[in-house]
Amino acid sequence: MPKSIMSVSVLQMHGCGSQQAVTLSVQCVALVLLSGCNSTEHLSFLNPQGPIATAQSEHFWLVVAILFILIALPVFIGTVWIAWRYRYGATKSKYVPRWKIFKPLEYFSWGIPITIVIFLSILVWEDTERFDPYRPLTSSTPATHVQVIGYDWKWLFVYPEQGIASVGMLAFPAGQPLTMELTSATVMQSFFIPALGSQIYAMGGMVTQLNLQADRPGRFLGENTMYSGDGFHQQKFAAVAMTQADFDAWVQQVRATGIPFDATALNAIAMQGTKAQLRTVLAPAAPAFDSNIYFTGAKANFFTDLVMSVMDDKPLPSTALAPAITKGQ
Amino acid sequence: MSWSTTLNHPLGLLDADSFPFLAMLGSDDSDIFINGLLGSFAAALVVISVMVVVALLTRYRAWRTLWFDWLTSADHKKIGIMYVVLALVMLVRAIAEAVLMRAQGAVGLDGGFLSSDHFAQLFSTHGTIMIFFMAMPFLTGLINYVVPLQIGARDVAFPILNSISLWLTVAGAALVMTSLVVGVFSTGGWFGYPPYTGTLYNPGVGVDYWIWSLTLASLGSTLTGINIAVTIYKKRAPGMKLYYMPLFTWTALCTAIMMIFAMPPLTVVTLQLALDRYLDFHFFTNGLGGNQMNFLNMFWLFGHPEVYILILPAFGVYSEIFSTFSGKVLFGYKSLVWATMSIAFLSFLVWLHHFFTMGQSGHINAVFGIASMLIGIPTGVKIYDWMWTMLRGRVRFSVPMIYSLAFIFLFVIGGITGIMLANPILDYQVHNTVFLVAHFHNMAVPGVLFGMLAGYTFWFPKAFGFRLDERWGRISAYCWIFGWMGAFFPLYILGLMGLPRRSVAYEQASYVPLEIVAFVGALLVAAALMALVIQLWVSIKHREENRVFVGDPWDGRSLEWATSAPPPEYNFPVVPSINDRDAFTAAKEFGVGYQEPDTYVNIEIPQNSAMGPVFGGTSFLLAFGLVWQIWWLVILTGLVTIGTLVVRGFQRDTLKIIPAETVCRAHRHWIQAARSAQPIKRSQEHTAANKGRAALETVEVST
Repeated sequence: MPKSIMSVSVLQMHGCGSQQAVTLSVQCVALVLLSGCNSTEHLSFLNPQGPIATAQSEHFWLVVAILFILIALPVFIGTVWIAWRYRYGATKSKYVPRWKIFKPLEYFSWGIPITIVIFLSILVWEDTERFDPYRPLTSSTPATHVQVIGYDWKWLFVYPEQGIASVGMLAFPAGQPLTMELTSATVMQSFFIPALGSQIYAMGGMVTQLNLQADRPGRFLGENTMYSGDGFHQQKFAAVAMTQADFDAWVQQVRATGIPFDATALNAIAMQGTKAQLRTVLAPAAPAFDSNIYFTGAKANFFTDLVMSVMDDKPLPSTALAPAITKGQ
Repeated sequence: MSWSTTLNHPLGLLDADSFPFLAMLGSDDSDIFINGLLGSFAAALVVISVMVVVALLTRYRAWRTLWFDWLTSADHKKIGIMYVVLALVMLVRAIAEAVLMRAQGAVGLDGGFLSSDHFAQLFSTHGTIMIFFMAMPFLTGLINYVVPLQIGARDVAFPILNSISLWLTVAGAALVMTSLVVGVFSTGGWFGYPPYTGTLYNPGVGVDYWIWSLTLASLGSTLTGINIAVTIYKKRAPGMKLYYMPLFTWTALCTAIMMIFAMPPLTVVTLQLALDRYLDFHFFTNGLGGNQMNFLNMFWLFGHPEVYILILPAFGVYSEIFSTFSGKVLFGYKSLVWATMSIAFLSFLVWLHHFFTMGQSGHINAVFGIASMLIGIPTGVKIYDWMWTMLRGRVRFSVPMIYSLAFIFLFVIGGITGIMLANPILDYQVHNTVFLVAHFHNMAVPGVLFGMLAGYTFWFPKAFGFRLDERWGRISAYCWIFGWMGAFFPLYILGLMGLPRRSVAYEQASYVPLEIVAFVGALLVAAALMALVIQLWVSIKHREENRVFVGDPWDGRSLEWATSAPPPEYNFPVVPSINDRDAFTAAKEFGVGYQEPDTYVNIEIPQNSAMGPVFGGTSFLLAFGLVWQIWWLVILTGLVTIGTLVVRGFQRDTLKIIPAETVCRAHRHWIQAARSAQPIKRSQEHTAANKGRAALETVEVST
């Protein structure tokens, strides 16, 4: 694991530098302020690391430009000019105390906002559908499938195809789609990786979907944005995009070293507590370079069984988990 | 809970541990100690303030006056003033909480001094207070005071109901304050989403405090809405068509209608949550088909109209101020009326934009996104029409106008960020971050609160007979404006940097500089509040030289300025007859501003009634009993509350008569004062020469 993490950080620093070199004008200012290049994690969609965040960033600057140039600037200048030109002391300025209506000005007052809203509506109608988080991203390579479950106060990521799971680490191959199904085993939460794209709620007894993609290997801040109690602010995770080879190595590593995903593990995860607290319970001997917790032997039906059990407010069926195995077996 | 347990625990869940102060002393954890110390300090402030007020009232033998002249009063003007007093008291607490939260933010890198739980109580009480016990009472107070005067009425349609609404709101506010001393408050924020607010995750009394204080406040507001709407429909002076009503009255009407339709969903949803919590229903928790999403829909069915309930009266105030302080008729009156009504209507069609991220399809989101952006149209029209009102006017930069101009600038920025949040593609990025926090504070502070403060400055001389100090008013206004900018512009950027709202601490060092700027801004806001208090003190001290008994200190345009300051209990000796918009300006221009009627008649006005305070008191105890599950208290106060209604039903003698001679004497005294007062030009309006009589200056100048 040390190997893959190191290669990731090297790649990420490289990516960041080259991007700063080619980015110009207003985005440059935003980059310096928002990129998080000085840390190891990408924080903001204004330094986008995937197609969805790129679209959102472009959309953001377009809307900002339209609204500031067409609405804010004229109002700011106009207000200052009018208030000063027609101040009480300006006795030479025109004063028409009964001037209450002037049709062209009225048409202007209604016309400008109507025009802008029509334009923005068309934009919103098209782009909302196009960037709907439920819509799978088109790609020549198959998507990586991850099931995300919100707990108090950590995220559990289950890889049904690989049979592994992790708390605190969402690893996936860069350059290909990442398809997620989300639910919550506790209160309502909101799953968010700003540098990659949209957030979506995770709710108990229900499944939501999210499709994201990273352009290149990198490390991105992941979080819960919906207040959920004492440890809410520590419910962060690392979303790490890797090369396919690194990802395969990572999966092998987890399979080899992970804790069995059994009832003992799940009970510990379900207890209220942060990732760090969970680690002291489940993996006190895990290596210090990585603060996450890895599991092996996650069953493909676990996610669905969990959703149903939460929905019906009933215990999880025993078939959802692998039978408990004693350590070292 | 069975009868035997009820008898064994006459105080319900209440015990020594319910008092944070005692709990703190019993703990040896330093974290609990620091937070307990802060909590106890705040609780002590509440207790000491109450004791000081009680002592002062006793010292100056003011209890009789307080009870007979104020608390039991059915006079819309006194009820309005009491609403505003409540709002200002609650504002002090909520601002203190805000400063504490921003201080925590400034040192919140990997820690800080507040515990998570304490921080969560702070943002929950801050939001709950600011919405329900600061902004709502403030605007209700202004409406109560001004609307009957503007439409030439003697009182509201249902004066005792008005008093009951006030006392229900006071009871709710008192419940929130009580939570500071006894027990804890909710940590679920001002909108309290389940299942977090269910008993499984929040078994304590905190959420119950939140539920019952909101229930009381929402009932009060529903009744207020009915009262204001009926007053405006039925009590207008003869000749006052709807299109002759001042714009503030129009916004009050729209707000009242929205209250009638929007508050009941809140009452219902809080009661449903109470059923979930007390009787294990499953409206919003999993199992037996319960669904948490229903709460969001119900809550925002109230919650979105609510933000326009808050902003519309502020729009009304700005309309009055732009017109008055530009010495000019309001431009595009009908546009402004229709824009107001459009906003009121559209506000019911956009609630889903509070949860674009809940997983519904793109097209549903797009429909609600576009509906939300549509509100930008009438709002934009309003901004333009206020600009055109200043155009070709004579703009005076007095305190209300400073607020109004700052409002235009900042509100446009807030409107732009609002359009961004209404856009689902961007909302997916900035939802639940401090960008959202910055946006709604942009609407709530420069939008609502600046309007309320402008209205307070504008109508204060009408209510109390003397002007507020201009200099301290300006200091306060500039501190509010720049303090707000300092506190919230950084939050926009922090939101774009991915900082979730309601985070007690964070791990990114890059957040620190902006958090510090925000804290400095918050300190400036605290200074603004301080300046407001000093302004009031200075103004009271110099009240004699600032008297404006004649009642028209700003060359006002609508009817509230056509009577003395403060107005007599019956408002107008003779109900005026209206045949134009800006009725008082028209009268002044025709030289018929201060006329004596041919005859005086006896005037009937409602008698005082103890109904309101008694009803409020028992409602408070009822809610307190429900929070702590003291069932005998619930039953007892429930019966008394219903009993007061029944007793009131048997009361036949509810009016008192003010004889014509008294009216005549008071009116002649005022007319005499008006005729002998020197009409002053606007350039002198902040000097002692201003006795409330305006010189005619509305003479056209063309160049």
